[in-house]
Amino acid sequence: MNVRYLALIGLLASPLHAQGFAGLGAEVEGFAVPAPGRGFEFPADHGAHPDYRIEWWYLTATLTGEDGRDYGAQWTLFRSALAPEEREGWQSPQLWLAHAALTTPDTHHVAEKLARGGIGQAGVTAAPFEAWIDDWQMLGTAAEGDALSALRVTASGEGFGYDLALRATGPLVPQGEGGYSVKSAAGQASNYYSQPFYEVEGSIRVAGAPLAVTGKAWLDREWSSQPLAADQTGWDWFSLMFDDGARLMGFRLRDGGAGYTSATWIAADGTPTPMPPGALQVTPLREARVAGRDVPVDWRVVLPEKGLDVTVAAMNDQAWMTTSLPYWEGPIRISGSHSGRGYLEMTGY
Amino acid sequence: MIRAGLGALLSHWRRSPLQLAMLLLGLSLATALWSGVQAINAEARASYARAAETLGQDQLSRLVADRPIPQEVYVTLRRAGWLVSPVVEGRLTVGRRSLRLIGIDPLSLPVEAQQVEFGEGNALLPFLTPPGLLYVNAETQTRIEGAELPPLRLSESLPPGTALTDIGQAQRLLGSGPTVSHLLVHPGSPQPPLDPALGLVLQAPQDGSELARLTDSFHLNLTAFGLLAFAVGLFIVHSAIGLAFEQRRPVFRTLRALGLSGRMLTGLLLGELMLLALVAGMIGVALGYGVAALLLPDVAATLRGLYGAEVPGVLSLRPGWWLAGLGIAVLGTLVSAAQSLWRVWRLPLLAPAQPRAWARASERALRWQAGGGLALLTVALGLMLGGHGLVAGFGVLTGLLLGAALLLPVLLWAGMWAGERLARGVLAQWFWADTRQQLPGLSLALMALLLALAANIGVGTMVSSFRLTFTGWLDQRLAAELYLTARSEAEAAEMVAWLEPRTDAILPIFSAGTEVLGQPAELYGVTDHATYRDHWPLLQALPDVWDRVALGDAALVNEQLARREGLVPGDPLVLPEWQGEIAGIYSDFGNPEAQVIVSTDRLLALHPEVSRLRYGLRVAPEQAADLAEEMRQRFGLGETGLVDQASIKGFSLAIFERTFAVTAALNVLTLGVAGLAMFASLMTLSGMRLPQLAPVWAMGLTKARLARLDLLRTLLLAAVTMLAALPLGLALAWVLLAVVNVEAFGWRLPMHVFPAEWLRLGALALLAAAIAAAIPVRRLARLAPSDLLRVFANER
Repeated sequence: MNVRYLALIGLLASPLHAQGFAGLGAEVEGFAVPAPGRGFEFPADHGAHPDYRIEWWYLTATLTGEDGRDYGAQWTLFRSALAPEEREGWQSPQLWLAHAALTTPDTHHVAEKLARGGIGQAGVTAAPFEAWIDDWQMLGTAAEGDALSALRVTASGEGFGYDLALRATGPLVPQGEGGYSVKSAAGQASNYYSQPFYEVEGSIRVAGAPLAVTGKAWLDREWSSQPLAADQTGWDWFSLMFDDGARLMGFRLRDGGAGYTSATWIAADGTPTPMPPGALQVTPLREARVAGRDVPVDWRVVLPEKGLDVTVAAMNDQAWMTTSLPYWEGPIRISGSHSGRGYLEMTGY
Repeated sequence: MIRAGLGALLSHWRRSPLQLAMLLLGLSLATALWSGVQAINAEARASYARAAETLGQDQLSRLVADRPIPQEVYVTLRRAGWLVSPVVEGRLTVGRRSLRLIGIDPLSLPVEAQQVEFGEGNALLPFLTPPGLLYVNAETQTRIEGAELPPLRLSESLPPGTALTDIGQAQRLLGSGPTVSHLLVHPGSPQPPLDPALGLVLQAPQDGSELARLTDSFHLNLTAFGLLAFAVGLFIVHSAIGLAFEQRRPVFRTLRALGLSGRMLTGLLLGELMLLALVAGMIGVALGYGVAALLLPDVAATLRGLYGAEVPGVLSLRPGWWLAGLGIAVLGTLVSAAQSLWRVWRLPLLAPAQPRAWARASERALRWQAGGGLALLTVALGLMLGGHGLVAGFGVLTGLLLGAALLLPVLLWAGMWAGERLARGVLAQWFWADTRQQLPGLSLALMALLLALAANIGVGTMVSSFRLTFTGWLDQRLAAELYLTARSEAEAAEMVAWLEPRTDAILPIFSAGTEVLGQPAELYGVTDHATYRDHWPLLQALPDVWDRVALGDAALVNEQLARREGLVPGDPLVLPEWQGEIAGIYSDFGNPEAQVIVSTDRLLALHPEVSRLRYGLRVAPEQAADLAEEMRQRFGLGETGLVDQASIKGFSLAIFERTFAVTAALNVLTLGVAGLAMFASLMTLSGMRLPQLAPVWAMGLTKARLARLDLLRTLLLAAVTMLAALPLGLALAWVLLAVVNVEAFGWRLPMHVFPAEWLRLGALALLAAAIAAAIPVRRLARLAPSDLLRVFANER
């Protein structure tokens, strides 16, 4: 979900696009760097890692309303550190950025928030778990078990809002090699784990009365300090939730050449199988005119090792995030060898 | 025909360059003074508007409280859904000047409040991270350079004297701890209910500038001065134009006889005047810019001292101002020339072409003038008795000055007439009669002199009275030997404990914001002590006033509040959560706001949160310096932490002196203009009086004697004018002190007279008259006998 790197760098860029993609490869002295074999320690790793430069709590949910229509919701909190430490008050070098979105078959609503760390306006605590910025909140509600196994997620913006209760039906899943997720052939990497097994109940509000919804959700936790290679210009990221209970996380980083793909196959019981670079093949099938540019909104996704050959299609072509650093993020429908629903994120178009 | 006519008309100026110079000088001086004052006002108003726009104050609502807002309240509100942005604001003393420091959080700042451009890329980073950045404009930069502050960045969008920095830096520099001053509300913010315990009030955007309102009277004062100077300048223009027209009467007649229509002639003359007006206007506007640039630093200092208003000391050019300057020059020329143009329009073709040596003094005209003058004085008196407000005050001044000016020729005429009656000997009689004969030609210049002298006496008396009162007031009010400001309450407590055995008394000076009769006011606490009982001169008070205040049931109010609301001792006074009685009224110079004083105990009961940082210290005067030194050493107090009495007095007096430096400068200029008017008139007369002088010379009076008599006459007229200006000036001073000051500033001052000052001014007036007369008199003394003889030879 590399859009977050961009978004966080963009946090300090004005105008944002002036920053471009080139600045992402820069390494900042003093920050901790992901290393293989680190493993995870819960619940501590649910909280913030201020000695890393960037970090996020990224939730996407595919929903169905009581009106029978499909919806999608996104809730994201980013942390960006100007220095690898935490200090009290306004002197804190930690900055927070959040995006919330609600996608309907014909509309897409976006809101964004910014806050400084150190004063309590935004932050994350590991136990009891709470991630918040202003009145947006992701609150741990589990009485026992993992702190992320039950959540209540709320956000609202101009003309929309949602209040979702999440219950995990499977384990936390480390991505890459035991949570060490490589992002380029040159070795850039991040610490990365997911909770892709949420069942959702709650309500959404789009320009009017609340509507009851149910569905599934996927939470990503990722932190790093040097995420991208200098020549990488954008990416396409897929989170696919199949009807048979299996999951696939896959991404392609574009670099003007063949690109770099990576994927993790997650069995219905939560057992992850990291795939070698290049195993996943993604091909754009259809482009749509979105916000004045051409964005591929239908894809062919193939993973021969798992007999996967599917077409994914955007539920709403116009799921453009009009945030300070714009990108495309929206729910998708899966058909072909497997069926299901999921989320697609694309940057650099 | 037109070309020939124009050539004939314009040739006059070539033959009398001095007259042309006079006309241009008078007009450009008048324009300069007027537009200079306008430029200053425009600059000040622009800076008020800019101050009002700071942080989008004119567009954004804010949440305010009567005390610093804890930072947690900001977070609580954000988490409740309010879209608010915190602002820390305070004054930081850098050197001897105070800087308005504004701290913002750029991440939550609404776009409407965006004050500076942070630039591209990661430009926000250095603002957020230590050591931070301080945005100021160029003028502020030069003022604070070298001080221990975060690195400076320039932004001309900031008002002078204002610095913008990150909220964290501002809290650190101001020592305000984790609190904010107010919260800006995004226009689209949800507004969930507020917990009343937070004490927050939602304040609508402030469209008008508070500063503009406060300083209105000050600018009206300046405008009135500019207008006075302009009017005096027009006297010169009027006399120069009148002269030029009189001298060209033969030309006019000849041109008309040659077939130029009256309409065409008037049109040509009008065109000629417009041309002159534009040239003089341009010179005047340029001069006015110089005057404004020269005076602006003093005006800026005054505004800062009096109202805390920051006005840049540097003038910027505004196109509107140029045009207004030219417009006023043209208008002034038209007004001055109206009478002369009318005469040309009505010129009978066959009338004798001789100059009429100005209109003869007809007793009928004098009677009209006397009637007009008396009517104006009556209006002034009526306005003084019945009117109120600053405009009425200036109405009184205008009526008084114009009425007196109109009466002056009447007075002089009567004087000459009396002199003539009393004179013995033929020469004396001729002298008086000849002087009376010249009055119509000189009266305008003498009126200008009268106005200039009266303005000088009036304003001088006001300033001197004010200075005397103010100095005395400072001496009494600043009774404590040392004034201490601690950096924190803990430090204050430590200092007070240390000072206890070393001082005669430690007098707390605590204050809080409050509201009286719907207006914001400052509430001060006073501790019952001989310092106040013995030294504080109250304007009005109930008996045992200090006992009443000490008991906590009574309050003192400042003169401004009392005058504005018509309060007298004994009236009830209602503050939030308190009701008491007004026990006394005190003068409070240099403060435009309402102020109330109660006992310190009462203040602390009403506002327990008040910051307890300031104290007045009483010690034996000879020990004050040692104690101050010891305290600076022991507690590391800076320049501002501990101030002695003399420094405060010096500082206050310096502000005072600068306040009136502008007035003094305008006064001198006005007097100069009046001198020029006199010179112009005398020059005019000297050329026309040959027919009157030649017979006297022919009868045996030498030219030297005639010249001496002429000088004597000029001095005599100036002296009489000075005598007339004296009562007028005193009346003016009285109106300024008792009417205009009260309306403009809210305080009334006792009037003191300074006869030595009058003597100096009288001497100055005589000197000006002598200088003005010098050239014409010299010319008379050197006149060739043939010129005088020619009077008898032909029709000149």
